[in-house]
Parts: sequence; structure tokens; C-alpha cells
Amino acid sequence: MIGFIVKRLVAGIVLLLAVSIGTFFLARAAISDPTAGLLGTTATPAQRAALAAKIGLDRPLMVQFWDWFRGALVGDFGVSWRNFQSVNKQIAIKLPVTLSVVTFATLITAVVGTAFGLIAGLRPNSLFDRIIKTVSVVLFALPGFWISLVLVVWFAIQLKWFPAVGYVPPAQSLGGWLRSITLPAFSLALGAIVVVAEQLRNEVIAVNKQDFVRTLRSRGLSRGRVTLHILRNASPAALTVLAVMFVGLLSGAIVVEAIFSLPGIGQLTNASSQNGDIPILLGITVVSVIFVVIVNFLLDIALGWINPKVRVR
Amino acid sequence: MSSLSVMSDLAPSAPRRRSILSRFLSAPAGVVSLSVVIAVIAIAVFAPWLAPHDPNFVDLASAKVPPSAEHWLGGDATGRDMLSRLIWGARTTLLGALVTIITALIIGAPAGIAAGYFGGFFDRLSSWVSDALQAVPGMIILLVVAAGTRSNFVLIMATVGAFLAPGYFRIARSTTLAIRNEPFIDAARVAGLTHPRIILRHILPGIGAPIIIQTALATGIAMGIQAGLQFLGIGAASVPAWGAMMNEGFRHMLSTPLLLLWPSAVLGITIAALAVAGSTLADVVRIRTDAPSARSSGQVTNAAPADVVTGSFAYAPEAAAVRVDNLRVRYAAGDGAVEVVHGISFDIAPGEVLGIVGESGSGKSQTVFSILDLLPTGGSSSVDGMWIGGQAVHTMSPRERAGMLGTEIGYIPQEPMSNLDPSYTIGFQLTQPLRTVHKKSRAEADAIARAVLNRVGIVDIDRVMKSYPHQISGGMAQRVLIAGAIAGRPSVLVADEPTTALDVTVQAEVLELLRELQAELGMALVLVTHNFGVVADICDRVIVMRDGAIVEASAVETVFAAPEQNYTRELIAASLDDTKGRRELDAVHAAQTAATA
Repeated sequence: MIGFIVKRLVAGIVLLLAVSIGTFFLARAAISDPTAGLLGTTATPAQRAALAAKIGLDRPLMVQFWDWFRGALVGDFGVSWRNFQSVNKQIAIKLPVTLSVVTFATLITAVVGTAFGLIAGLRPNSLFDRIIKTVSVVLFALPGFWISLVLVVWFAIQLKWFPAVGYVPPAQSLGGWLRSITLPAFSLALGAIVVVAEQLRNEVIAVNKQDFVRTLRSRGLSRGRVTLHILRNASPAALTVLAVMFVGLLSGAIVVEAIFSLPGIGQLTNASSQNGDIPILLGITVVSVIFVVIVNFLLDIALGWINPKVRVR
Repeated sequence: MSSLSVMSDLAPSAPRRRSILSRFLSAPAGVVSLSVVIAVIAIAVFAPWLAPHDPNFVDLASAKVPPSAEHWLGGDATGRDMLSRLIWGARTTLLGALVTIITALIIGAPAGIAAGYFGGFFDRLSSWVSDALQAVPGMIILLVVAAGTRSNFVLIMATVGAFLAPGYFRIARSTTLAIRNEPFIDAARVAGLTHPRIILRHILPGIGAPIIIQTALATGIAMGIQAGLQFLGIGAASVPAWGAMMNEGFRHMLSTPLLLLWPSAVLGITIAALAVAGSTLADVVRIRTDAPSARSSGQVTNAAPADVVTGSFAYAPEAAAVRVDNLRVRYAAGDGAVEVVHGISFDIAPGEVLGIVGESGSGKSQTVFSILDLLPTGGSSSVDGMWIGGQAVHTMSPRERAGMLGTEIGYIPQEPMSNLDPSYTIGFQLTQPLRTVHKKSRAEADAIARAVLNRVGIVDIDRVMKSYPHQISGGMAQRVLIAGAIAGRPSVLVADEPTTALDVTVQAEVLELLRELQAELGMALVLVTHNFGVVADICDRVIVMRDGAIVEASAVETVFAAPEQNYTRELIAASLDDTKGRRELDAVHAAQTAATA
């Protein structure tokens, strides 16, 4: 088990390094002159040169990279090119908002996806199964922000059940916080739910056909207990998909935050993209991949717990 | 916005193109969705001729006007014609999606084919890259790229393509891998065909259908991401775009909801049509393996007349441990059902060992599962009457019937390794029924489990209790399963080929154990086997089954001394040279059936 954990950790670190290096050079290749975006079109060449010198653009690219990379290794992503405030601090302010929404969306996905997948899988070709299949085909393809717009119009503007915009910190009001993140979380989750449900459904059908399920029934176990056995054996594939969906939820959150005016990472990313504020974009990229690595790591531990054969490998 | 892997389980098939296309077009969902997709493409191609107005012409007098003869769908916030902007927006959307798909296809498919075909280091490297790409939130990287080139949509959509490439990679790789392992590929190599020729001739035709399905889905995803980016304000302002129109509509949502409705509807319908087309095609290509519904209204084929019943009773009803009267088993097939057991009757006395013998397909296992009421999905049984331990189970509710399991009837399966839940320890699997069905305390259940393990001859009980199924041998697993079957002290034990999957030496031991246990606990034992050697060893009486009917039923001595049927004689002869016997017999029978057919 320990060797297994170390192996996964090393894989995560290699991924982080690759993404950090890749994104740095991608960003610099995409933006030929960052000062244009930072100062706007009215700036004089002298002003631009001054800014370039201030943020170190006049140094060789490799020196700039090493400078950034050295800081990033110890968790310091430098300062914004626009307001010269700490990147870490700005991300730290926005992160709780995005994490609230994405975590809530992941929870919804896990719970609803499991329930739907299990119900459909235990009765393949039933009415419920066919409805789920039909709906999932379309829901999976529709982008989260499209679903957000529908939900906003319906639940926020017409029914007025939830606020259409804004974020309430949990410290201020726990109920208000939940209400403010419910619609964004559901917008993100709907597409992911159907993917998890579909995966789990297929696995449940496959496990249900296995010999040991019949033997468990022959021992007199109740239907609920047998279902738990089936669920445990069917869950690895669905969990893996859930981890993949987490990445998609992070991506989707960026556009969804714009619709709900949530002051999260998405808003920061979008603003920094408009300004060409590369240090912030790099910081966000690395931080989000750290979360992906953490989620994958938790997934691996969960898979090891569910399937004892994984542990000995 | 995540890469697609949902279709990767798609089995490759050698598609006969015409029949797939015609089957696709005979599905209503296929026709409707494909028509929508073709319509959108046509609108995009002919936009300059279709659009009634210049999409960028600002006419403030028409700002937010409702639909009229002049502006069919009304005007937008600055008075530009909605319909014309939607039509030109289709062109933008389609071009963007095209860039994405081509990029994804060029990166993903060849790499996937190469990885699947050649394997080795390239396979590991490219699979790692593919996984790594899926672990990166694509939207963030897109905004990084957009930071430098906010209006260069081609570059941005090509980046989207890079993030969708893993979907193509996985499908191309898994499909190629499946075809690669077909024997005819090796034959082609031996025949001297070069790798490029094999890929061109054999691999490419096989991956066509999965790639098209993937493309339908990926195009929808690409359009969604594209609209999302436009919604965030990325892309040239002079180009009409659905996402940008949705943003404008969103800002004027309260005053002029139509501004949001039109572009959202167009985008939603287009993406939904692509998704439905892809899914319909997948359904058409995939051979549906799902079991048909058990409730089938149609015709039952191969059914014996209701009054034809084979077999007989040896005991009075009240004296039998099990009594089965006119059992029929049928399986749903297509619209109807096929009968596989055609009305059989038999009984067993308490403490008796009854062998049910027959070749594979004779219905003996179906009979056993009917006694347990554990037929596979799609199977159903009917009886005139069935009594177990003196109780009439045919009048019981499903819940009462299930209550007989583990208490009155114990079951020993054939294949030991596949009949233990791989995720739980042996100890848990033995004690769970004792705790939940027999309401024993944890300590009592543990003590009973250890006692039965000891009884079935397991020495290191502590280790076995803590072990997972994959950590013990097949012989030991079968002893564990026997322990599980007798732990609840049933009056009837049903064993389905309990020794077939075991080594010859272990077979004898397990059989000996069964005989001991049966005598010790006074259980009736129903033993299904194809082997007359087993019958001679352990059984008191024997039933011979063929094609779902009982052809012979008598005491063991009688059957061996004077078999009534030629078939029985063949079975006995086949069992004498044990190992190859069954296969030969099946072959003989198959030849006979073929000759008479």
C-alpha cells in the first residue's frame, strides 16, 4: 500500500512540473508583448519599456522562467503585473468561492449520479433507465453555462427560489451561502451526473451478472445488503469518472461564475486573461492542477480501499 | 469541457456501411437529429445568401424591436437583425468546431492507432500525455492562450482541439488494440504485408464508426466551449457569434428576454441534435448485449404441451424434503420466450442424495436455480407446485420465498473463485449472513464461522478469515463456499457441479467432505453433475436430463446395471475416461443433432 501511494504521489508531482513548465512557455509564446495588454493602447513606448523593466521582461526568457519556477517550487507565485500585489493572496481570496461551488457540485454529482446509476442499472431497460439514457445524451453535451442560463431564468427570476447573482460567505450566513451556490453547483453538476450515472449503470449491470451475486442472494442476504455488495464492486469505474468530472467542473466553473457574478477563481482568471496578467494565470493553473492531483490521490486511496487487489500491486 | 471517454468501451465491429446507414435512418431520432445537423451546416454554408440583412448593420431605430415582417426575429440591443446574426453565427460556430475537430483528430487518432498497434514505449508515453491533458482544467489554459490572442479564434479553437484529442486517442487506441489482437492480423504479417498496409486495410475500416460517433459528440462539446468563450467576451467583436449574442441577451434578460432566447435555443438545439445523432449511431453500431426484459408478451417457442410432464415422484408429498411438480423454465428472447425446461417432476427424501445428470444445455442447472428461485435476468419459472422442507413455496410471496434461502436451502456453486465477493474478506462474507439473517451477535457469528471452517478442513483459520478471495487457492475457496452453505444449517443442500472446476486430487477430497457433511447434518443433497463417476461415489438416486426433460430416473445401482436409455449409456461411457469425456459427448450429440436437423 505504501509503495502504491508513493508511486501515485511521484506521478502527481511529475504532472505538476510538466504543467507548470508547459504553461509558462505557452503563455509567453501566446503573448508577444504583455505590456500592451497591461497598459492599454494609449501607452507610450517609454511607458511600456519602463513597465517591461519593472516586471523583468528585459531579461532572457530562461532567467525569467527560473526566477518564477524557483518561487513556484516553494509556493510563491510572485506578484501581479497589474497591481503588484501578491498572486498568492489574490488567489487565496477567490479560492473559497470556487471551491465551495465545485465541491458542492461534486457532492451533488456523486450522490445523484450514484442513485440514478444504481436504480437504472438494477432494472435495465425499465422506464426509468430509458428516460435517464435519453436525457443523459443531451445533458452531457450541453455546456454548463447554457444550463446555468436556463436555471437562472427559471429558478431565480421566475420562481425567485434562489438569488440570481452574488455570493454570501458561509461566515456571514450559512443558509445564504448554500442558497448562493446552489444554482451554480447544479448548473455544473447536471452534465456530470449523467456521465457518472451512465458509467455506474453499466457497471451495476455487469456486476449483477456475476456469480458471486447469486451466491450472496442464496445465503439469504436482504436485497439492500446485496445491493451494497453490488455497489461496492461497481463503484471503481464510476469513481474514476467522477475524478475526471472534477477537472471538468473546475473548467466549467469559470464561465458559470461569470453568469452568477461569483467573485471566484473564474472571475480572476477571466480578468487576468483580459489584462494579460501572466503571473496570476500561471498561479491559478498550478493551484488548480494541485487540486486535481489531490482529488486523483484521494481517488487512488478510495480505489485501493474498495478493491483489495489494487493494494498489493 | 472534459475530454470524452464515455465511448471508449465501444466494441469494434466490421461495419457493413450500407446496413448501418439504413438502420440509422430507420430510427426516428436518427432522421430528426441528422436533418437538424444538415440544416445547420447548410445555413452556415449559404449564410451570405440566406441572411436578409447585413448582420453588423446598426439601426438604432430597430433596437430591441419585437419580431416583425422586417425583422423576423426582432432586433438586438443595437438594432442589428437577430435572424441575420444567428445565420452568420452558425458559420462562425461551425468553422470554430471544424478547426477544433480537425486538430483533435490529427493529434489524437494517428497517435492512438500507433500506440495501439505498436505498443511499447510510445504507447506508454502517449498514454501518459493523454492522461495528463485530461488532468488539466482546459478552460484555464484556453484563457491563458486567449490572454495573448483575444481575437484569434482559430488558434483558440485549435487549443480546444488539443484538449479534445485524448478522446480520439483513447478510442483509436482501444479499437486498434482490439483489432490488433485478432488472429488475422498475425496471418497478414506472416503473409508479408507491411505495417502501413495492414493499418490501411484492416485497422482504419474498423475505427471509422467509433471515430464518427466521437466526432458527433466532440463537435457538440466544441460548440459549447466556443460559445462559453464568446460569452466571456473572447473573439472578434465584428464577427457574429452565438455565445456573444447570449451574453448580450443575458444582460438584457429582464427587459427583452427574446434576445437571450433565440441564440440559446439555436445553440441548445444544435448541440442536442449532434448528441442524439452520435448516440443513435452508437446504438446502431453496438450490438446490444443487455438482457431483454423478463416481461414479454409474445409467443413462447419450443414449449412442450402443458400436459406433457416427464419424471415421477418416489415419495408421499409430506415425506419429501423437496418436491417439484411440473417445472417449466423459460427465457425471454426477442419479443417472445424460449422454454428450456419442459415440465419436469421429481422429489427427494430428507437425508437422500439425488444426482441430476446431463450434458451442458440439458436444463439441469436451470432446474437448480428454479429451486433456489435465483434464475438469471430474463429467466422465469412456473410450477404446479413446489415444496421445500414440507412448505409450499409456490404459494409464498417473493419475500417469504427469499426467506427460505440460507435457512432452509443452502447453495454450493460451481466455480469457486467467481462466487466469492472479491471486495470483502472471507470472514466478513461468512459472518454477514449469520448476523443479518440468523440474527447472531458478532461474537456468535465469528465462533460459528470458525467452527464451520474447521469442519470443512481449513487449518489456518485466522489467516483465512482475514484473507480476500484472491489470496486463497481454488480448493480452499470451494471449502469456504461449502462452509458458507452449511453455516445456516439448511435442511436441503443444492450443489451445482461442485467439483468440476477443481484439480482431480482436490475433487475427491471435496466430494468426500460433502458426503460426510450430508450424513452428519442429515441434509437432503441435490447434486448436479455431468460425471457419472461423481454419481457412483455419492448419490442414492439419479435423474438423467436431456434437452429440458427427464429421460430416466431410478436408483444408482439400477442405472449403472441396466440403463434404460442409450443416452444414459453414452454418458456413463464418457464419464469412464473422465477428462475428455464431456467434450467428446457434446461433440457426438452436436453431430447427431446436426444429422437429424
